[in-house]
Amino acid sequence: MKKNLSILMIVIMGLLVLAGCSDTAGSSKDGKVEISYGFWDKKQVPAIEEAIKKFNEKHPNIKVKTELIPYGQYFQKLETAATGGALPDVLWMNGAHVVQYAEGKVIEPLSEHAKKDNYSLENYPKSLIDLYTVDGKVYGIPKDYDTTGLWYNKKIFDDAGVPYPDENWDWAKLKETAEKLTNKEKGIWGFAAVMGNQGGYYDFIWQNKGYIVSEDGKSVGFDKPEAVEALKYNISFIEEGLSPTQAQMAETAAGDLFSSGKIAMMFDGPWMVPEYKKNKDLDVTVVPKGEQRAVSIHGLSNVISAHSKQKEAAWEFVKFLGSKEVAEIYAKTGTVIPAYNGTQEAWLKSVPTLNLQAFIDGAEYAYPLPSAKNTGAIWQHETDILKKAWSGEESVEEAVKELSKKAEEELK
Amino acid sequence: MKPLPLQVETKSPFKVNSLIKTKKFSDYLWGYVMIAPTMFGLAIFYLWPILQTIYFSFTEWGSFGTFQWIGLENYKLMFNDSDLFQSIKNTTIYIIFTVPIGIFISIIIAVLLNQNIKGKSIYRTLYFLPVITMPAAIAMVWKWLYNGDYGLLNYVLSLIGIKGPNWVTNPDIALFSVMVVAIWSGIGYNMVIFLSGLQGIPSTYYEAARIDGAGPIRMFFKITLPLLSPVIFFVSIMSMIGAFQVFDLIFMMISKSSTALENTQSIVYLFYQHAFILNNKGYAAAIAVLLLIVILIITAIQMILQKKWVHYE
Repeated sequence: MKKNLSILMIVIMGLLVLAGCSDTAGSSKDGKVEISYGFWDKKQVPAIEEAIKKFNEKHPNIKVKTELIPYGQYFQKLETAATGGALPDVLWMNGAHVVQYAEGKVIEPLSEHAKKDNYSLENYPKSLIDLYTVDGKVYGIPKDYDTTGLWYNKKIFDDAGVPYPDENWDWAKLKETAEKLTNKEKGIWGFAAVMGNQGGYYDFIWQNKGYIVSEDGKSVGFDKPEAVEALKYNISFIEEGLSPTQAQMAETAAGDLFSSGKIAMMFDGPWMVPEYKKNKDLDVTVVPKGEQRAVSIHGLSNVISAHSKQKEAAWEFVKFLGSKEVAEIYAKTGTVIPAYNGTQEAWLKSVPTLNLQAFIDGAEYAYPLPSAKNTGAIWQHETDILKKAWSGEESVEEAVKELSKKAEEELK
Repeated sequence: MKPLPLQVETKSPFKVNSLIKTKKFSDYLWGYVMIAPTMFGLAIFYLWPILQTIYFSFTEWGSFGTFQWIGLENYKLMFNDSDLFQSIKNTTIYIIFTVPIGIFISIIIAVLLNQNIKGKSIYRTLYFLPVITMPAAIAMVWKWLYNGDYGLLNYVLSLIGIKGPNWVTNPDIALFSVMVVAIWSGIGYNMVIFLSGLQGIPSTYYEAARIDGAGPIRMFFKITLPLLSPVIFFVSIMSMIGAFQVFDLIFMMISKSSTALENTQSIVYLFYQHAFILNNKGYAAAIAVLLLIVILIITAIQMILQKKWVHYE
């Protein structure tokens, strides 16, 4: 008898385990629909929560469950989830991955939905809509965007008696001022030549009228003379002792050095506003001109999973997230530049001490970040190979030759 | 138990039937029922993934779980992969230093803490603390200690007039910086195992040796070490396997934009890189299989060599 009892127990426990695995997502008993929303930036949680609250005032029967996944694991986790058909219903997407996800058919094309509802895509900067268009279909509704500005430390400029940077600056002036501001005794560097693509060497390559990925998407421009010159200009700051070395910036992030007053000038994006506004000495202006003035533009968008069981509810939510109302919530919090045209004014006012107009101006002369099927892998090759040039282990010519070869293999 | 199956083969069906009814058989049955949940878990979460990994090592992956059979291509690629050779070299250096030094220090500390000294449980706790601390937290704290410009370590060195190096970004010393942390954080775990081994050695041996006039050093080498050898053997196999699989410390401590990465990345780091960043899951699986084979061979060698130096009571 006792034996039978224990067998029964084992069976019951097994059933409980199985029950735990069963699919409880989707619609619940009381007619409510539940959708999940995946994103990575913790700084935006307050804005997202407010948006969901407003959304529920209009759609009380759609419950939104948020899933915060840190950026470091975001796309790895998504790829696993997409393989198993378990993506969040609505999720953040960036330009680097949209082609891969669209071609892999794991995200839903939104053009049809937009046409059916007469939803206008004219309300967003065209470069952002283009970024999320794959094979003529729009896959994401833009959420925000970011460009690059030249951040500087007013106190270091004042101490050295040098006028602040303005829109008349060019590459020569940047170099010349960096020389004046570098102060070895105080441990101050004039400029941080950060090895990063967006807000870094991509911007410099475009300023020198070079390109990253060719029009046909089959080759890269890293080994072209314009790009080589731009990279050399970047690295010259390190060689001449005007910037921390690559090793130093790998140990202590340049942004940390800048916000603690060790660096006079650096390129960075608006996503650093919440951090840099804490130091009252810091301000920002437009980037200096090379052959032309240019910066990277990139923005996130909200996309819908192709496997979602609640596509209608998800589309309602995405539409709402793309609305002016939500853009204004974002603008107010000052975390990101909202993509909805005309709402940027409110963002400018969110931090009156900083000249945030520089980032909005950037959209006029901006180049979208290139996106290919395996952009993540190209970025990895950039980091692996360019760091050798940045640290002086290899010449720029050697590095770009290797990089172009590896990057073009990924484009095939 | 051993002769049982043979008997079953030779006896008549009637006898087999009666055997099932014997008490012994029902005991076995219950044994299997009891371990079934664990075996089930092992099969689903370990055996099946291992078999799948072996299968995937012969495939090439596209996006989102699409793959195709490419035979031995991944294994052929390995022969021309300088990154793989470098990572094998790094892992080998890492093992050669961390395993023996880690075991040596742990034994010394275990023997010292096995004495009747004041506050020994406090010391034991202190040495064990790194084991219950998250590796990620350990790595972050050490990364700050090691910081070339603003780190505590170089500050202390500067007080005595030495300019410290960039511990985690200088390609020549970064691996050794990681090894120091690995040894430090592994001591506690090994120490506890050694302590239990030490306490299993009967005190009569020491009493007899003392009567014969042996000193503490001699007793250590002639009694403690030989009788501890089964435990040393166990710890060395476990730390060797652990060292082969090192990933977290390197991942956390060495910046991706640092040129020291090439000289520190381990085999598992390279596996991670291919599987999750470069999306070469097939090649990553081949690396995992290679690692499995190497660990099997090394462990087998250790099993054979142990007959020469491990003394069982």
